[in-house]
Amino acid sequence: MSGLTIDLLLLQIVTGVALGSVYVLLAIGLSLIFGMLTVVNFAHGAFYMVGAYCGVFFYGLTGNFWVSLILVPLGVGTIGLAVERFLVRPLYGRNIDDPLLLTFGLSYIFIETIRILFGLNGIPFSTPPVLSGTVDIGIGFFPLYRLFLIGAMGFLVIALWLFIEKTKFGLIVRAGARDPEIVRVLGVDVSRVWLAIFGLGTGIAGLSGILAAPLQAVTPEMGIPALAEAFVVTVVGGMGSLVGSIVAGLLVGIVVSLTSLVAPEMAKVSIFALMALVLLVRPQGLFGRAGLMG
Amino acid sequence: MSGPGATILGFGARHRVGAAALFLAVFPWLMPYEALAVNILVLGLYAVGFNLLFGYTGLLSFGHSAFLGAGAYGCGIALVHFQIPWFGAIVIGVALATAIAVVMGYLAIRTRGIYFAMVTLALSQCVYYAFYQAVGLTGGENGLRGINLSEIGVLTLKVDFLNPTVKYYLILAFVVFALWLLSRILASPFGAVLEAIRENESRARACGYNVERTKLLAFVLSGAFCGLAGTLSALHLSIVPIETLHYTTSGQAVMMALLGGMGTFFGPFVGAAAYLLLGDVFTVLTSHWQLVLGIVFVSFVLFFPKGIWGSLLVWAGRR
Repeated sequence: MSGLTIDLLLLQIVTGVALGSVYVLLAIGLSLIFGMLTVVNFAHGAFYMVGAYCGVFFYGLTGNFWVSLILVPLGVGTIGLAVERFLVRPLYGRNIDDPLLLTFGLSYIFIETIRILFGLNGIPFSTPPVLSGTVDIGIGFFPLYRLFLIGAMGFLVIALWLFIEKTKFGLIVRAGARDPEIVRVLGVDVSRVWLAIFGLGTGIAGLSGILAAPLQAVTPEMGIPALAEAFVVTVVGGMGSLVGSIVAGLLVGIVVSLTSLVAPEMAKVSIFALMALVLLVRPQGLFGRAGLMG
Repeated sequence: MSGPGATILGFGARHRVGAAALFLAVFPWLMPYEALAVNILVLGLYAVGFNLLFGYTGLLSFGHSAFLGAGAYGCGIALVHFQIPWFGAIVIGVALATAIAVVMGYLAIRTRGIYFAMVTLALSQCVYYAFYQAVGLTGGENGLRGINLSEIGVLTLKVDFLNPTVKYYLILAFVVFALWLLSRILASPFGAVLEAIRENESRARACGYNVERTKLLAFVLSGAFCGLAGTLSALHLSIVPIETLHYTTSGQAVMMALLGGMGTFFGPFVGAAAYLLLGDVFTVLTSHWQLVLGIVFVSFVLFFPKGIWGSLLVWAGRR
C-alpha cells in the first residue's frame, strides 16, 4: 500500500481515540454501577439509546446543543433513579443474576417504548453548526466534532476523578465499593449512595448516547452493539476499574480504527479478537483485581 | 404425598422422558395450527439445551444464539452447497455448533461469576459478524435460502417432509432422543457434580472435582443440544435467517428458560410454549408485542423467579 503514510496512520489513531471516547464513557458508567452495586446493567445499551433519542427530542425542542447536553443526562439519570429505586432495589440479597435478568428485560421495554414514540426507522442527527467542519491539526484535516468528543470525554473523566477522589461523597463511594457492610455500620445510608451511583452511571450512558448521535443514525436498536462493545471494553480493562475503562476504551477505539484502515471487513471482529487475547493472557483484565468476582 | 395429582407427578418424575414424550406426542392437537407446534418443539429443545447450563450448572450465558445459529447454518450449508443427505447435514450442523462451543467455552470459562454473561454475549456477537460477512456461504444479510426438503429417506422409507404431521413426528423423534440423552446426563454422577457447582462452587472444588473441566463439558454439551435444535429449525423453516445468530435470539433462550422454570426438566418446553403463544396472541393485537414480553419477563424476575412450571411443581409438592 503506497498510500499508507505516517500522517495517515496518526490521523487514523486520532480517529480511534475519538471513537474510543464514546467507549470510555459507556464503560465508565457500566463500571461505576458494577463497582458499587455489583449489578451488571444489561440495560446500559438501552439507556445509551434513550440518551440519543432524548438528544433528538431536546435538540429539536430547544434548538440548542449545549442545553441538550445538560438536559439529556439529567433526564436519563432520572429514569435510572426510578429504575434502581423501584425495580433493582427489591432484588438485592437475591441471586446475583437476578438484577442482570431484570435489566435485560427492561431493555426490551425501553426499545419498544422508543419505537412507539419515535417510529421504527432511524433518525439522522445533524452535527451542531458550531462543531461542524474540519480543522488542521498538523498531520491533516480532522472533523471538529470528533475533536470535541475527545475533549468532552477528557473533561468528564477529570470531573469524575475529582468527584471521587476529592469530595466527601466520593470518599463514601470508594469505601462503599470496598466494603458496604462496614460503611453501613459507620452510619452511612448505603442504599442512598447506591441510588445516586445508579443515577450517575445511567446519566453518563445517556450523555454518551447524545454525544455519539451525530456519528451515526439514531435507531431503536443502536444500543445492542454498543452494549456488546462496552462489555468488551470492561472485560479488557477489568471490571470496576475506572483507569481500566479509560485505557481499554481508547485501545479498543484505536484497534477498530486501525483495522478498518488495513482490512475494513475485519474491523467489527477485531475487538473480539482483542478480548479473546486478554482473556487468554490476563483473565481479570488489564487493570482488574484477580478474584474480584469470586 | 397422596391424591391423583401427586400420583401423576410422581410418575412424571420417575419416567420424565416417557412422560414428556407422551405429552409432546398429543401436543399438536392442543395447538391452533401445526407449524406453531413444530416451533414450540424446536425452540423448546433450544431452551432445554440452554437450561442444562443455566438451570443445572448455574452459568448464565447470553451467547447461545451462536450454537442455534451454527447448527442451523452448518446443516443448511451442507444441504445447499454440498448436497449432503439430510441426516449427514444434521451431524455436520451439530459438529459445527459443538466446535464453536469448545472455543467459546474455553474462553468464557476463564472468567468467573458475572463476567460470564458479558463474555458469552461478546463472543456470540463476534460469531454473528463472522457469519454475516461470509456472504458466499451464508447469504449474509438475506439469510441462507434454498433448503428444499420435500421428500426424505428414513431408513428404507420415503417420507413426505412437506406434510406437517409427518414433519412434527420426525422432529419429535430427535427431540425425544435428546431428552433421553439429557435425562441420562443429569442422572449420572457428572450431572450431580453440575448441581454441586451451581449450589456451591468452592465446596465442589474442595471435594476434589475439576470445576473448570466440568463447566467446559457442560458448556459444550449445552452447545451441542442447541446446535441440534438449530439443525431442526433449518429443516423446518427451509431458510436460515441471519437473526438466528442475533443477540435477541440468545435473549430468547434466557426468557424461555426463566418463564418456564430454570433447573426443571420440562420447564423449558412450557417456557417455549408460553413465549410463542404469547407472541401469537399479541402480534395480532399490536405490532409492539415486545413491550408486553418485556413487562411479562420483568414481572417474572420480580415475582415468579421459579417460572410457570417451577412454581407449579412447588405448589403441587406442598399439597
